[in-house]
Amino acid sequence: MITVENLHKSFGNNHVLKGISTTFDQGKTNLIIGQSGSGKTVFLKCLLGLFEPEEGQICYNGQYYSELSLKERRDLRQEMGMVFQGSALFDSMTVEGNVMFPLDMFTKQSRSEMQDRVNFVLKRVNLIDAHKKYPSEISGGMKKRVAIARAIVMNPKYLFCDEPNSGLDPKTAILIDNLILEITEEYNITTVINTHDMNSVMEIGEKIIFLKDGHKEWEGTNKEIFKTDNKAVTDFVYSSELFKKVRQMYLEERN
Amino acid sequence: MRTILLFLSTQDQIEYMNYLEAIGKYFIMIWEVFKKPTKWPIMKSLILKEIDELIYGSMGIIIFISFFIGGVVTIQTALNLNSPFLPKSLIGFATRQSVILEFAPTFTSIIMAGKVGSYITSSIGTMRVTEQIDALEVMGVNSLNYLVFPKIIAMLLYPFAVAIAMFVGIWGGWTAAIFGGYAPSGEFIKGLQLDFDAFHVTYAFIKTFFFAFIIATLPSYHGFYMRGGALEVGKASTTAFVWTSVVIIVLNYLLTQLLLG
Repeated sequence: MITVENLHKSFGNNHVLKGISTTFDQGKTNLIIGQSGSGKTVFLKCLLGLFEPEEGQICYNGQYYSELSLKERRDLRQEMGMVFQGSALFDSMTVEGNVMFPLDMFTKQSRSEMQDRVNFVLKRVNLIDAHKKYPSEISGGMKKRVAIARAIVMNPKYLFCDEPNSGLDPKTAILIDNLILEITEEYNITTVINTHDMNSVMEIGEKIIFLKDGHKEWEGTNKEIFKTDNKAVTDFVYSSELFKKVRQMYLEERN
Repeated sequence: MRTILLFLSTQDQIEYMNYLEAIGKYFIMIWEVFKKPTKWPIMKSLILKEIDELIYGSMGIIIFISFFIGGVVTIQTALNLNSPFLPKSLIGFATRQSVILEFAPTFTSIIMAGKVGSYITSSIGTMRVTEQIDALEVMGVNSLNYLVFPKIIAMLLYPFAVAIAMFVGIWGGWTAAIFGGYAPSGEFIKGLQLDFDAFHVTYAFIKTFFFAFIIATLPSYHGFYMRGGALEVGKASTTAFVWTSVVIIVLNYLLTQLLLG
């Protein structure tokens, strides 16, 4: 579980995060949603420890990040997995090399042990024939799978995903969403996903945090989000014609 | 410092402070490169890969340029020594001095700043743009050590490349002298041996070590701290080449004054 208390982050005069407090539950997919520029990526990077907040605390399973020594922070980083928006696979390495990289870097496992683990996670994300291919030789959906495999190869306690569906067709996007959901439940991971894809919200939004101008505007589940009367949330959720119709049907039903 | 700033416009003051900030950031980067080292078996393979890419991969262009520069130096010296009282051996002497003192270490380094420097900036810059550096950081890897340290170590072999450039440059000069009919072989070789000072070679190698460090680190700095997309990667490569060349030329002056002046 991750607890965030009154988080503030600025860049010069630009106050991006303005006192966010929330919790991300273990074994659940927690979604951060909001319009572009609402502070989602900065919030995610603060959670990852890539940005140091000016004020506030982040607590990982009872450990306050600001109170950890450099070594403890490094150890904590190894308990985190991250799926980047563009997958961020290392171009010079094969699929297998990319997934093996964290094991090679941080464990003392033998070559065969690492190979077994890599084969296992690649099979888990349904990638069987791509071991020796380079990132430039595989599709966008396959790259996301490799990124997920690399993120979970070290058995992380926390999984962070930045727009995991961006650039994917709707069918592949659903497959990736479901894969993240399955992995979260299977390994009991605290998963935090940064997205503005409403399909993801409907599919896997077990807990949703809506950000607006650096504030937490709303918090709830994917069932509650369609019933809320918060104007900022409804404006965001029902920005597409399809969802507007769904909303209209719901309101008619309620009245 | 404050007096200097008072004479500058606000815009110039900002630019001046930006340059100072960049210099400070560069030295902090150098410090970070040597902290929290990557596991040796991984680092070893990275170093070997960089030696192949930066040194071995540059040998072709170094040999090609050195041969022809040596030839041109010989021809120009010969054409300027037209007095019958001056011995032909001076052509060999001037070629040796020019190639060893300046053309092999400095001219080759400027070429390397373009070839190797732009490769370093664009490869690290692309990693920045595609979030590969962020991925390393999230995993807890010291990305500066992982990316820049192997390049610095690989560039320690650069003096060997310059030694080859010296040999090939002089050979190019000898070839031009013989086939162009500017000096007989014996006279040219006599000139090569004339008044030889071994410290001149040492001076050239000392310079080369400094240049190698600059070629490995300055383009890395421009790639690592770049922001933006593909267009900015191209701009960063150009900026890196310009600044690497400027620093090499200024360092060349300072080291020459210190070691030979």
